[in-house]
Parts: sequence; structure tokens; C-alpha cells
Amino acid sequence: MSALLEAQDLTRSFTVGQGMFKARRTLHAVNGISLDIRKGEVLGIVGESGCGKSTLARMLLGLMPPTGGRITLDGTDIRELGRKGMARRVQPVFQDPYSSLNPRRTIASIVALPLEVHGIGTASERRRQALEILDKVGLPQRFADRYPRELSGGQRQRVAIARALIMKPEIVVCDEPTSALDVSVQSQILNLLMDLRRELGLTYVFISHNLAVVEHIATRVAVMYLGRVVELAETEALFRTPRHPYTKALLASVLTPEPGEGIPETGLGLAFPDPLNPPPGCPFHPRCAERMSQCSSIAPRFTQHGRDVVACHLHDSEQVAAISA
Amino acid sequence: MSDTILGVDGLSVDIATPRGTLHAVRDISFSIKRGETLCLVGESGCGKSMTSLAIMDLLPKAAKRQTRRLAFAGEDLAGASKRRINALRGNRMAMIFQEPMTALNPAYTIGNQLIEAYRLHRNASESEARERAVFLLGKVGIASAAERLGQYPHQLSGGLRQRVMIAMALMCGPDLLIADEPTTALDVTIQAQILRLLADLQRELGIAMLLITHDLGIVARIADRVAVMYAGQIVEEGTTEALFRSPKHPYTRGLIDCIPVPGRTVPGGRLGVIPGVVPSLVGDIRGCSFRDRCSFAQDICAQAPPMRGTTDSQSWRCILENAA
Repeated sequence: MSALLEAQDLTRSFTVGQGMFKARRTLHAVNGISLDIRKGEVLGIVGESGCGKSTLARMLLGLMPPTGGRITLDGTDIRELGRKGMARRVQPVFQDPYSSLNPRRTIASIVALPLEVHGIGTASERRRQALEILDKVGLPQRFADRYPRELSGGQRQRVAIARALIMKPEIVVCDEPTSALDVSVQSQILNLLMDLRRELGLTYVFISHNLAVVEHIATRVAVMYLGRVVELAETEALFRTPRHPYTKALLASVLTPEPGEGIPETGLGLAFPDPLNPPPGCPFHPRCAERMSQCSSIAPRFTQHGRDVVACHLHDSEQVAAISA
Repeated sequence: MSDTILGVDGLSVDIATPRGTLHAVRDISFSIKRGETLCLVGESGCGKSMTSLAIMDLLPKAAKRQTRRLAFAGEDLAGASKRRINALRGNRMAMIFQEPMTALNPAYTIGNQLIEAYRLHRNASESEARERAVFLLGKVGIASAAERLGQYPHQLSGGLRQRVMIAMALMCGPDLLIADEPTTALDVTIQAQILRLLADLQRELGIAMLLITHDLGIVARIADRVAVMYAGQIVEEGTTEALFRSPKHPYTRGLIDCIPVPGRTVPGGRLGVIPGVVPSLVGDIRGCSFRDRCSFAQDICAQAPPMRGTTDSQSWRCILENAA
């Protein structure tokens, strides 16, 4: 499969103040990420809060310029495509359907807005298209002239999906699309996303902290930790045989509804990382149950295992050999 | 029974709204024994948080509580004075909230907040209270506890703050701990650590726990018994084992089928759905409140459904013997 959207050595840093008398410091929210998004796949991105997954999403959408590295869409640098050019092909669905819809516009005009911005069709054509796409996401015509406040959370998220799809994009970047929803609504939205993908041949980037949901919907998964991808693998392989100790800990933390299993021991300890002051070597080493002496000084490099990659000394045979020699 | 810590009988919460009276909690009854964990599970708006606030007598002004009996360790608190409630709350019954940053006072140190309630309820000296605070911070897994006492909430991570909240709840050695979505704001790895800590402490100290959550994964792993709430009522109650093995109420079944479970649901396949939306709880409510969304609904569901029970381990509110 060829890469549709490709990130090369992507970085994004922010300068943050720490009060009046302290020097401003640099926060590396995304720190050298390379990944490819292949046509037709669902790339899941998982990691804890503050790991940089939403910053990555914003850059992939072209909403935030990277401070380093570059993103290409079908081989073209997205800076050449411009904001509008990107918006035609890559669209977002955000977490909170309450704050992402303009409360003063009707549903039909919210959904038709991208067409308006791009100057496509007449007003009546745009409305017809909006009604069509609303029908596709399971919202009947009677919703068209209502306002967001009259809709439930699940219905609002359907509106957000309709708005993302009206430009017929190739890629939809979903940032925690079901995290604000109740479980019974979450399953409806996940079913809808899967149906639309099949029907329209969409490619998804699916960001979530819910690993059970990611396992369900993704075909490949990237695990992020402190601004870096630490493991990237096919979904089945990642969930069956995780390589990185952080991936293992994440998977162990998932509470499946199986009575009698008890609550798992993650082995992560209390050393929560400070993103402003990331640990040297492997950023995960202070919490790692399998750390070795070199982990605190040498940053692990990516090693290829079949189609999967992992950044961990445990899986770098040359490193391990060099240290033990 | 002497080992029942909390006995709720016929609890209702009504909220006055411009559109009429909202029946947030409708005549619910349950009890929790010493050392037992009961999970109240349900979706947003089902009344689970209102139930916990009603028990602690912390309801907002617009909400009115009615109850036949609210027994805490054998004592009926239904008509108890403010003074009596104040003596129990934070002392023998304690609560942990979802967002520790809003529950902790940002202007006081951790130490101050831990010590305050203990000194008030126990008449203890500053040094006694401090000693207990250090002991409990250690107990909830916080290293260099003595130094932490001087820190402010903003200096701690979310997971550490929730540990402080737990230590604070345990200061006076409560008999009942109410935890309202204690890990919803936390990352999955931290969630597992906090729940493990809660379960261990609860077992060790023999506390009764009422845990409120929307997450069936948490319920399955931590609860002894489960009460499923829908539209202000408990629609099914049972031991965790029985409820997950053979859910009887169509809503319980529907909830369980909605969640993707590794190994059970087909990756990329269709998940179960509960069609429709939760009914309005304003005004008169008749019959089964789930009937508009239920695939088993019949004409008779317009009347109040009976409460059924297999043994004492499971009961449900439905016309059906079994929604399998």
C-alpha cells in the first residue's frame, strides 16, 4: 500500500512561561515523528494525555504548522496545497460536539458551510447536498432547520461527521470522536464511521485513549509517549504481541467487562513524566519495568520487525549485543 | 441486619425546573454491607450522581430529597439534624469526586486540607493529625509524604491529586466511602493504579464502598454487586458475576452489547446499539421508561413493570422473565 499522507521527522515545540520571574522553556509536544498513512486504512493513535496526539492531529490537518519536518499528501508538500487545498482532502471530527458546532447556525447551514467557503454550487444545490449527507449519517430531513442545542450529543457528533464528509475528503482525522459520548451512543457512532468508510472508501486517522475502541476500529496502531511514536504495528499484532514495555503497560490497564479478573497491576510506578523536562535516553525509562542500564543514557532507535517498528533497546539486537560484549 | 452500613429505602430526588418537576431519582432502594462494594452504573442523566449527593445531603438547593428511610449504621438519617449530618460527613461517611482539582482548595496546602477535618472531628492535636496524614499519604502510595504536606494541589499531577483525595477521605476512618466517577478524568494507566489502590484499601480497612461509574469495565473488575440505573430508577440489581453472565433487563443487556470487548466482538464488525434517546424525566412518568427503546416492548409496558427476582442475587424491573 502506498502512503497517502506522510509525516517526516515532524516536530512541534511551544515556548511556555512558568511565571513572571522564571525563564520561558521549550516544550516539545511532538518530537521527531515519522509515519505514513496508507490509503484505505484506519490508523489508530493511542497514548496518555499530554503525549502529543492532538498536536499531531492538528499538524496532519494542516491547522498548525510544524516547527520541523514536513508532511506530504500524495507526494506534495502540504504547504504548497494551502489551507483550502488541504481542507478539500483532509477533514476533522473533534471530541466535543458541543463546542465544535456554531450555536447560531442551523444544522443544514453548518453542514453546507465548507461548500460555501469553497464557493461550490448555488445555495439550493448546497442545501440539497447537505440534506443528502445528513441522511447518510442517519439524521432525517426534519433536523435540517434545527439548531445544535436541540440535538443530543450523539446527534451533534453525526452533524460534525456530515460536515467533515460534505467535501468528499479522502482522509478524516477523528480526535477522540466518542470520548464525550455515552457508551450506547458511542457504539452507534463507531458503527456509522465503519459503514461510511466502507461506502465511501475513506481513510481514517483515529485518535483515542480508549484502547478497546482503537482495537475495534483500527487496522494499524501507533503508540505515542512524550511526543514520540514508540511502537507502530498492525492492530492484531500489537494487541496480541506488544513489543514495547509501554504498550504492554497500556494494554494491561484496559479494564474489559470480565468479572472476577480483578484490577491489573500496571507496574508503572508513580514517576509521572514532566514533558518540560523529559528524561534522557529513552523517555519511558523511569517508569519502565524492564529497563536496562543503557536506557537512561542512550535513546533507542527504531528497529523493523516484519511490517512493524518499535523504539526499544530490548528489541534492538545490535544494541543489546554491543552492550553485553 | 447489623452489618448493613447503608440502607436506602424509597429515595426520590425532585428538581424544580421552569418546565416542571424533574424526577431525577425515582423511588430507589438498595443497601450496602460492611466491606462490600456496590457499583451504581448508568449513562449521563440517569440519576446516579444525584443519588450519591442525596445520601451525603449535598444536593443543590433546587433539588428536594424524599426518602422513607436512610439508614447509616442502623441510625435513620432521613430526618436527622444538620448538626448530626455534619458530624458524620467527612468523618464516618466520606466522598471522593471525579475532578480532584475542583474538589481540593487551591489556596491551601495538601497538609492543611488533610489535617483540617481530622482535627475538627477527632479533636486531635496538630501533631497527631499530621502524623496520621503522613501515614495515610504513604498508604496511598505517595513517596516522601512529609514533604508533600507543604505542597499545593497545582504542584501535583492528576493521579497524585486523586491519591490525596483518597487519603483525605480516609483520614477519619470512614465506614462508608462514596466515590463518584473517581477515575474518569484520569489516563487509563493511572485509572488502573487508582482503582487497585481503592480496592486494596477497601478490603484492608473493611470499608463499604458505593462507586458510581458509567464504565462497565470498572464495574466488572471492582464491584461485589451492581445496580443499573436508567431514567432515575434501578432497573436491575445483582451480584457482578450474575449480572454480567446473564443480564435480565433489556437495558442491561443492551449496555453490555454496546462495548467492544477484545476477543468477543469482531474487530471492525457491528456493535450493539440502543436505538432512540433517554426519555424526559419532567412531569408524569408512566409505565416502563425504557419501552420506547426496547425491542421486546409490548402494550402492557405502558403500565409500571413488576420487580422480578431469581434468587436474592438478582432482581429486575421488567415484564419479561429473561431478555436473552
